[in-house]
Amino acid sequence: MRRTGTVEIVHPRYLGEALCLVADGGRPLAGGTDLFVRVRRGTETAPCLVFVGELEELRGVRETETGIEIGAAETHAEILAHPATERFAVLRLALRAIGSPAIRAMGTLGGNLANASPAGDGLIPLYLHEARVRLVSIHGTRELAVEEFILGPGKTALRQGELVRSITVPFPRDGAQAYFRKVGRRQALIIAVASLGALVWADDGVIREARLALGSVAPTVVRPREVEGMLVNRPLTVKALTEFRDALSSAVRPISDLRASADYRRQVAGNLLLDLASG
Amino acid sequence: MTLRFRLNGRAVTVEAPPGRRLLDLLREDLGLTGTKEGCGEGECGACTVLVDGKPRLACLTAAIQVEGKDVLTIEGLASSGRLHPLQEAFIGTAGVQCGFCTPGLIMAAYALLQENPRPTRDEIREYLAGNLCRCTGYAQVAEAVELAAERLR
Ligand SMILES: Cc1cc2nc3c(=O)[nH]c(=O)nc-3n(C[C@H](O)[C@H](O)[C@H](O)COP(=O)(O)OP(=O)(O)OC[C@H]3O[C@@H](n4cnc5c(N)ncnc54)[C@H](O)[C@@H]3O)c2cc1C
Ligand code: FES
Ligand code: FES
Repeated sequence: MRRTGTVEIVHPRYLGEALCLVADGGRPLAGGTDLFVRVRRGTETAPCLVFVGELEELRGVRETETGIEIGAAETHAEILAHPATERFAVLRLALRAIGSPAIRAMGTLGGNLANASPAGDGLIPLYLHEARVRLVSIHGTRELAVEEFILGPGKTALRQGELVRSITVPFPRDGAQAYFRKVGRRQALIIAVASLGALVWADDGVIREARLALGSVAPTVVRPREVEGMLVNRPLTVKALTEFRDALSSAVRPISDLRASADYRRQVAGNLLLDLASG
Repeated sequence: MTLRFRLNGRAVTVEAPPGRRLLDLLREDLGLTGTKEGCGEGECGACTVLVDGKPRLACLTAAIQVEGKDVLTIEGLASSGRLHPLQEAFIGTAGVQCGFCTPGLIMAAYALLQENPRPTRDEIREYLAGNLCRCTGYAQVAEAVELAAERLR
């Protein structure tokens, strides 16, 4: 969307129509908070954008027997406000950390997922909850674990002609403590330098299970499973966690970029772990 | 395409390509220049408007996305000829200097007060974090929003 000249956009009313259009090479458009920035910078090459943000089949949050199903075109603000997400504290913490109120009212979870940024805040709770991604195309549907869906920075398992239809998130076992923190370069609109989300189950201050997910410290969000294993049966105290700080720092593969050096990111990731005991 | 939507309470019909930015539609096609363009990439908030009561950035919105919707811009706040309490408060507390960020800030603040009529200072700061201002300190801005919130209650 440059000032002059405009991109071609179509607005199909039905899912079937939308699927034909994306099968023909149209690029799905939901909130536009990533895509329109790319269009403006001239890095988006698709001949036509297909607006899927209002397709009924991609909307809504539904409670099922085993968890919730979130339509790909639900905005972050809608997901935050939905009563069914109350049991998913880490999802709410992470979505609340996205952009500004306007970005949260525009951007969608499906867009965050398909964008596959290693800094995608919405991805962290999906990794922690071991969410699954439902895809649809004119040929049918398929389902992937979120870790199979995200392949690298900006790379997903989406095939030409496929849309993300919904994301299913299983209920966590009772008693999980949720944690999410991101460290960025400035106060407003923080793009993470490093972020950590966690679900911790503890009895009497002893960790029984810990799931960690780190953002911006590798080509994708990562679950440091070795470190998760080491935390079991350890007390949830700063002193005990200090032992694992270095293990976590070396479990990540950060890059250096304009926002931060790899070493700094590694250090921040380790320090965020200590925060678990106080947060 | 022929685009129909509500703008500041009135029905409008306008011819526009579906991919035209809402920002250009408002400023150039409809002559409402209160909504500003700062960065054009979602980072500054100068182009904030309300669509169906929710804050949206007009620089990252296509015309087609407001079809059938209710759009409110800064011009819609004083449409009765009297300034809105938010506008008065921004003037009163020196929350306006060059004024470039002001329409966006006021629209974001308007959205905040719709959601939360009694925001704390921290809530105000957090909600307005996506609206950059180079001139004023955010203290005057937060004060203006608090003042307007009181007057609106
Ligand atoms: C100022 C600013 C601040 C931001 N801050 C943050 C932040 O703090 N944290 C964060 O994580 N992100 C942030 N973002 C990035 C962005 O807002 C999010 O990634 C958002 O969730 C993207 O959703 P969208 O609906 O706007 O996606 P769009 O821009 O519409 O689409 C993004 C990509 O996903 C594809 N896509 C969209 N929907 C589907 C679908 N259903 N099926 C298949 N493909 C689809 C599109 O083709 C495109 O490639 C920020 C962006 C801006 C401009
Ligand atoms: S001009 Fe739209 S956010 Fe800066
Ligand atoms: S008053 Fe000048 S940018 Fe805010």
